[in-house]
Amino acid sequence: MNLLPLTIHLSFAGAFLALVAGSRSAAAARWIALLSALAGWGVTLWAAVHFDPGAGYASLLNLPWIESLGIRFHLAADGISLTLVVLTGLAAVAGILFSWNVQEDTGAFFALYLALIGGVYGVFLSADAFLFFVFYEIAIVPKYFLIARWGSTNREYGAMKLALYSFAGSGMVLAGLLWVYGAAGGTGFGFGELALAATRLTHHEQLIIFALLFVGFAILAGLFPFHTWAPTGHVAAPTAASMLLAGVVMKLGAYGCLRVAMPLVPAGLTYFQPAIAWLAVIGIVYAGLVALVQEDFKFVIGYSSVSHMGFVLLGLAAGTPQAAAGAVLQMFSHGVIAGLLFAVVGRMVYERTHTRRLDELRRLPLHRLMPFTAVVFVVAGLASMGMPGFSGFPAELSILIGTWPVSKLWTLGAALGVLVAAAFTLRVIQVVFFSRTDDAVTVADHPLPPLTWPERIGAGLLLAATVVVGLNPALLLNWIIPGLTSPGLQAIWTGGTP
Amino acid sequence: MRLPVEYLWLIPALPLAAAGVGSLTPRGGRALAADVAIAAMAGAFVLACLALTSALADPAAHQVANFAWFDLGGGALRLGWLLDPLTAFMAVMVTFVGLLIFIFSLGYMKEDPNFTRFFCFLSLFAAAMLGLIVANSLLLLFVCWELVGLASYLLIGFWFHKPSAAAAAKKAFITTRIGDLGLLLGMLWLYDASGSLLFYDGGAGVLEAPVLSTLAGQTLAGGLALSTAIGLLIFCGAIGKSGQFPLHVWLPDAMEGPTPVSALIHAATMVAAGVFLIARVYPLMSADLPLDVPMHALTVVAFVGAITALMGALIAVAQNDIKRVLAYSTVSQLGYMMLALGVGSWTAAIFHLLTHAFFKALLFLGAGSVIHAAHHEQDIRNLGGLAPRMKVTFATFAIGMMALAGVPFLFSGFWSKEAILHAAHGWDVSQVPFYVGLAAVVLTAFYMTRLVAETFLGRPRSDAAAHAHESPAVMTVPLGLLAAGAVVLGFLGTPACPWLQSRLAGTPLHSDLGHLFEGGGLMLLSIVLVGAGLGLGWWLYGRRLRAASTDRDPLAVAAPRTLGVLAGKFYLDELYAATVGRLNAALAWCADRLDRHVIGGAVEFLGKFGLFSGALNRELDEDAINAGFDRVNAGLRGSGIRYSRAQTGEPQGYLRVLAVAFVVLALLLIVGGVR
Repeated sequence: MNLLPLTIHLSFAGAFLALVAGSRSAAAARWIALLSALAGWGVTLWAAVHFDPGAGYASLLNLPWIESLGIRFHLAADGISLTLVVLTGLAAVAGILFSWNVQEDTGAFFALYLALIGGVYGVFLSADAFLFFVFYEIAIVPKYFLIARWGSTNREYGAMKLALYSFAGSGMVLAGLLWVYGAAGGTGFGFGELALAATRLTHHEQLIIFALLFVGFAILAGLFPFHTWAPTGHVAAPTAASMLLAGVVMKLGAYGCLRVAMPLVPAGLTYFQPAIAWLAVIGIVYAGLVALVQEDFKFVIGYSSVSHMGFVLLGLAAGTPQAAAGAVLQMFSHGVIAGLLFAVVGRMVYERTHTRRLDELRRLPLHRLMPFTAVVFVVAGLASMGMPGFSGFPAELSILIGTWPVSKLWTLGAALGVLVAAAFTLRVIQVVFFSRTDDAVTVADHPLPPLTWPERIGAGLLLAATVVVGLNPALLLNWIIPGLTSPGLQAIWTGGTP
Repeated sequence: MRLPVEYLWLIPALPLAAAGVGSLTPRGGRALAADVAIAAMAGAFVLACLALTSALADPAAHQVANFAWFDLGGGALRLGWLLDPLTAFMAVMVTFVGLLIFIFSLGYMKEDPNFTRFFCFLSLFAAAMLGLIVANSLLLLFVCWELVGLASYLLIGFWFHKPSAAAAAKKAFITTRIGDLGLLLGMLWLYDASGSLLFYDGGAGVLEAPVLSTLAGQTLAGGLALSTAIGLLIFCGAIGKSGQFPLHVWLPDAMEGPTPVSALIHAATMVAAGVFLIARVYPLMSADLPLDVPMHALTVVAFVGAITALMGALIAVAQNDIKRVLAYSTVSQLGYMMLALGVGSWTAAIFHLLTHAFFKALLFLGAGSVIHAAHHEQDIRNLGGLAPRMKVTFATFAIGMMALAGVPFLFSGFWSKEAILHAAHGWDVSQVPFYVGLAAVVLTAFYMTRLVAETFLGRPRSDAAAHAHESPAVMTVPLGLLAAGAVVLGFLGTPACPWLQSRLAGTPLHSDLGHLFEGGGLMLLSIVLVGAGLGLGWWLYGRRLRAASTDRDPLAVAAPRTLGVLAGKFYLDELYAATVGRLNAALAWCADRLDRHVIGGAVEFLGKFGLFSGALNRELDEDAINAGFDRVNAGLRGSGIRYSRAQTGEPQGYLRVLAVAFVVLALLLIVGGVR
């Protein structure tokens, strides 16, 4: 376990090296990026093998940082963090494999990419709210540059919209944190200290703080109606960035809700639960419906991400450990599946056909031009619509099981979302891959570059992850559940009353 | 030899392995893919027979093997295998019929370029179907239930180059998933109420007395018992999967799949899964309720079944596609089975399920043989005169037709249908299902006579029909075996010796030849009705055979408007397209507009507001606070330039105001008390 901080060092070191090497050789930058991402993932897997679920929220590194303000460089991890860093490692490796062909400023690209990954690792491992916030910001900045520099459609607009939304959320989070910090007498930013300080505030103040923190974080998780940055951002982003955006960055928001907002002010969840849950349910169905009529392939996947993140938010808002366990599992599952879907859309299809418009794609016999891609997308689509055998099924099932005793209506709404997901997924599968079926068009008419090995390996890794977790969700749930029921998060389930 | 319940998973595992092999086999490996699939199915059949012997050793027992899948903190979600006579009979039927259909497909799909993929999907289907049957947990059953739906989707859309096939596949998947939504919610409720989803678990399972009495004892708002509510939600799943009214619309469209698929999935096995599901959870559906409870779940089942039985039979009368006639007939027969479940005789329902699987698979494969011989001509108006050209197909098809029509004594359909009518007659709630059942008897005999007369008799009405010749042995041998089953199977459950029913129910067998004609009046009545249907069919279609494909249907001459409504399938597809379809499209459109314009517009507005206040700040900073004497000189010009700079959209300006605006919004929400 206490090797986990290495993931952060490896990522930033990799970023630096890639930048230096990139000025001489693009290939060197690529390999440095891949190796450091692999090393990071390896560390997380090593930690997973040696994980002790009974250890609780275990400190990994605890050094004084800005002593005058009581800020510490404190890293810790439990099963929830572990699940998410394993996901981060996997997403990082897969993203690099799908960016193997980046030609412009390769060094800078991978440097920003790895800096983003380092920030994400940092967020998932921080046990000091200030440190958490710093890493959170570190993760946002490279994202802006990745989109604005290497993106496509409307990239400045998409990048700016995304950055502004993120900063708006961050601003709210910072305000909330400082408020509690001030109330604590400015002694420190440890999660435990802040939670204790928050209990000394009035109920009204607690509610305001909760709203600031939760909404601030949930913006990044795609909470309706603050979700519109997500589809435009995804569409504008280069493939690897949209994979990371959907795969891990949206999880930062959800993780912030779970690790910071909810345990800090448990009373807030009790008070705002109906509002949050309804927004989540609306988001699930609404984004699904919007996805149903999109004419841009990537917008469909972008909105499907919002819909699936609605499940995460519902799982958190339900306020039961079962639903929250499902939410964390869904974070992992969606990270893998959305990454795969974006890889297919952005890298495997768009970079070969140079169009994402459904009415143009339907004129190509894609199932014959790229059979492997078609199979990958069909399987990923099945996973995305919650088919048993893939990770989305146990995740959504757990969320529904945990939500049912709280509200049957929310459960019904979310279950309707599953139906809508099937509808829009089948629609794009058929339109994109299986529309043009006459034999008049042959493969020779549309010479497309063949699939490369990095793409195959990346797709294989992600598919394997969703199937393994789908068949044996206990693998992750055995880490997640002890984390959720540990003393630090216990207050969430009791609404603050011990 | 027996198969212990711990090894029951081998039955679905064999076809699953075959599907795995098939998915890795390249297109050229046709023989390998087919051989592995057929060998696996044969192995599964042997194991199913062994399982049957184990189950019959003690028919009243429910042997289980349970295990935990994952733990959600509040208790593990457990899955398991269940071996009882219901499981075993179903497994034997599915593996045997499946095996024959696999073999038939060797001939039928011979020319298809995607032969290996076909066998891969078929094996996947068989694995999921068998998993559904051996499941001892509603959750595992649901998992397999979804997977059979997936396999069905893949196989209906197997010829996706036909747009109609692609559309039918999607329609089937979405429509059945609407029903599955109910099943899912029922499952969640059941888990919440009982803490388990295992059917049998040494007294703690959801189908065992302690849990059942708790569920039946709780009443909800409106006086509904909890067990009734859960039962009805579960029944929603059965409505979708088993093509019951009002969700039956997908099943006839599913005929776009290759004919062996129609035979296996959309006639013999998957569509019967809904009937199996209700039979499986029968203790829950029929749990003893307090006397003042207004509605019983089974009453709904009975009436839905009755409506479906009648409606399917009526529509079948007016179809011209050989497979669609059979498809509506399947809808109707599934309605019969539901009716039997509803009126309290689940053993009669399963008896009919088993006999129907044989004769309907036989009819579909016979239709496949015809279609294969007539170069994919499926319109019966263009067929005709096939009897002398395809003797085996005709003979076996005729046996299937007589079994379906319920021709007395020799054919299995007669005995199973009789059992259902007997049960419906004895139902104490209402006699309506009974009379509906009688009406469907006439209609079934009628449309089957029409189908046989139009297809096989007279002179060929197209080149394709004129040049048809008998299919190869790989196709006719399965027909013969199924035909044998369509006859013999009936003798397992005659009133004289209701062996099948007593084994299913785990009760002692009372065989007495004197009971053979028990309820003689009823039996006589149904024989007369079958005769009437056959006679009427013969009178209209057999006596004077259609000479050319353009001849008008005799019914269209007699009652054009009625036939129009029937041929239009009561216009339910149009109704759904105009209501549900439109609503969905409108909602999606509205959501899209809302996202683009209202939410997007609000963001734009905030951005503009940001620019504006950025400019304002600058004015305050530089023009008001730093008011220096140079302002007097350059004031107007300078601020003009600065305004224009602000318009380039500096992030800080956006940012500050966005943050402030969100805070204000949050405060408003809190003060306003969002609840």
